[in-house]
Amino acid sequence: MSSRLDDMYREVILDHYRSPRGKKPLQKANVLSDGINPACGDQIALSAQIENGVLKDVHVDCRGCAISVASGSMLAEAVKGRPFDEVRKLAETVRKMLRGESDLQLPEEFEDIESLKGVRNFPVRVKCALLAWVTLVEGLDRYAAGKTTEKAVVSTEQE
Amino acid sequence: MQPDTRKTSLSAESLPKELDVAAIKADFPVLNQKVNGYPLVYLDSAASSQKPREVINAILEHYRHNHANIHRGIHTLADRSTQAYENTRSHVARFIGGTEPEEIVFTSGTTDSLNLIAFAWGDLNVHEGDEIVITEMEHHANIVPWYQLAQRRKARLKIIPITVCGHLDLSNINDIITSRTRIVALCHMSNVLGTINPVTEVAAIAHRHGAIVVVDGAQSAPHMSVHIRDLGADFFAFSAHKMLGPTGVGVLWGKRELLEETPPFRTGGEMIREVRFDKVTWNDIPHRFEAGTPNISGVVAFDAALNYLERLGMPAVHHHEMELTKYAFGRLAELPGLEIQGPQDVEQRGGAISFTDPVIHPHDIGTFLDSRGVAIRAGHHCAQPLMRVMGKVATARASFYVYNDKQDIDVLVESLKEMRKYFGV
Repeated sequence: MSSRLDDMYREVILDHYRSPRGKKPLQKANVLSDGINPACGDQIALSAQIENGVLKDVHVDCRGCAISVASGSMLAEAVKGRPFDEVRKLAETVRKMLRGESDLQLPEEFEDIESLKGVRNFPVRVKCALLAWVTLVEGLDRYAAGKTTEKAVVSTEQE
Repeated sequence: MQPDTRKTSLSAESLPKELDVAAIKADFPVLNQKVNGYPLVYLDSAASSQKPREVINAILEHYRHNHANIHRGIHTLADRSTQAYENTRSHVARFIGGTEPEEIVFTSGTTDSLNLIAFAWGDLNVHEGDEIVITEMEHHANIVPWYQLAQRRKARLKIIPITVCGHLDLSNINDIITSRTRIVALCHMSNVLGTINPVTEVAAIAHRHGAIVVVDGAQSAPHMSVHIRDLGADFFAFSAHKMLGPTGVGVLWGKRELLEETPPFRTGGEMIREVRFDKVTWNDIPHRFEAGTPNISGVVAFDAALNYLERLGMPAVHHHEMELTKYAFGRLAELPGLEIQGPQDVEQRGGAISFTDPVIHPHDIGTFLDSRGVAIRAGHHCAQPLMRVMGKVATARASFYVYNDKQDIDVLVESLKEMRKYFGV
């Protein structure tokens, strides 16, 4: 059992949890999105700055469990500086990975995110890991629809 | 009629001051297992209790020998089924301090009971400009039906706040409960804070203003003696599954005169006296509120649960849980920074202990404890407004019942210590 637990709480996850990345507030955000996980009360406030189709920077403020905080921190690290479309694809891949729908290997640069795979063995915790990603996608959808002034609010219950 | 399947180690006469927990544990088959390689320690009874062998057997017995629909057949099995069902109704009436069986309505649970009052009594009696009073510590089941009723009837929902210690703050109660108040709805015991509320005191104030008092007894009826007449409530709701009984069975007790003025909530079979296409007349209480085929086997087996609790004696049950709670408070203090919500005085609370770690999120606590075979609840416990008041997003909650002992608490505390090492805090 402990190994199953260790498989979820990998050292890299605990490291992101203890010192989350992407907590620096942004000066000029044009993507604002709040996420909640009603089942446990995890909350995330995400803001990002898009310029010429590229996510220049992203700010993630999570109040939640180790898994949701680590996932948000990994997201912040992974998406920074990447084109909008690539980020969407990545979010979709992460969703499939967490839901066990795909065994796609993520490129080496995303090995931290890959470590979230252990969450699959704890179905009730999958939403924790997904929270940051659905929040980001909702924000991007809003941005794409030109609703940049409105803050998106997303719940994992819709997943 | 009944073969000897009701093996239990407690005699009917004894009212033990100290519960024989080892014997009680042996009555609960589910407790005799390993979870994730560790002996199960079940500390989530506030969410749902486990079931003793005789309750499980009562369900089997019902289906094996006695099942038929109730109140409509003229054959032997229909009669047995009806007798057993109505027998539980009388038993429930005795269990809550002696009242009339007609005042006992079977529902599917506390939530269903509260909805029944909100829709049936509420829609009839709450009008535009009226007020409904609830408290800050309510479970969603005792918030949302009233919120909805207020919306439907253009009434106002008012909230009794809580103090920092987790008690009801009654200092401004005369501003909150007024002559416009129609309903005061509150929990007898909080599922998060453990607080036992002064229902009698609140009821007296409510009645002075002509309001009715609805009590959510989901967390009290399983754990202490409830004397419905002394409590001052007008309606009292609770669930069988939190008190050793099956899921899908709830009770709504209501004062006869209130039930009699209340129209049916759900309509269909059984709740009518006569149906014509131009006129329908309602059946008497309580049948008026029990449309359709109810959870017969569940109600029948609830009787066995009440027998079990009565053999232990509700004062002994309450005493046992207070002892466990005291012990748990002492041992949890070994974890620096761990914050326990609600009253710190064990005399004023029940055995549901919500706590938070300064660093580790309740869900991580829940997962870690589960890996050690310890089942607790983690989350907002369907009390989001209260969580907001407490400034928490969630808490971990350990809750006790008759089959828990001090060793269970030891395992909890040792596992929490291991957890802190594991997360490196």
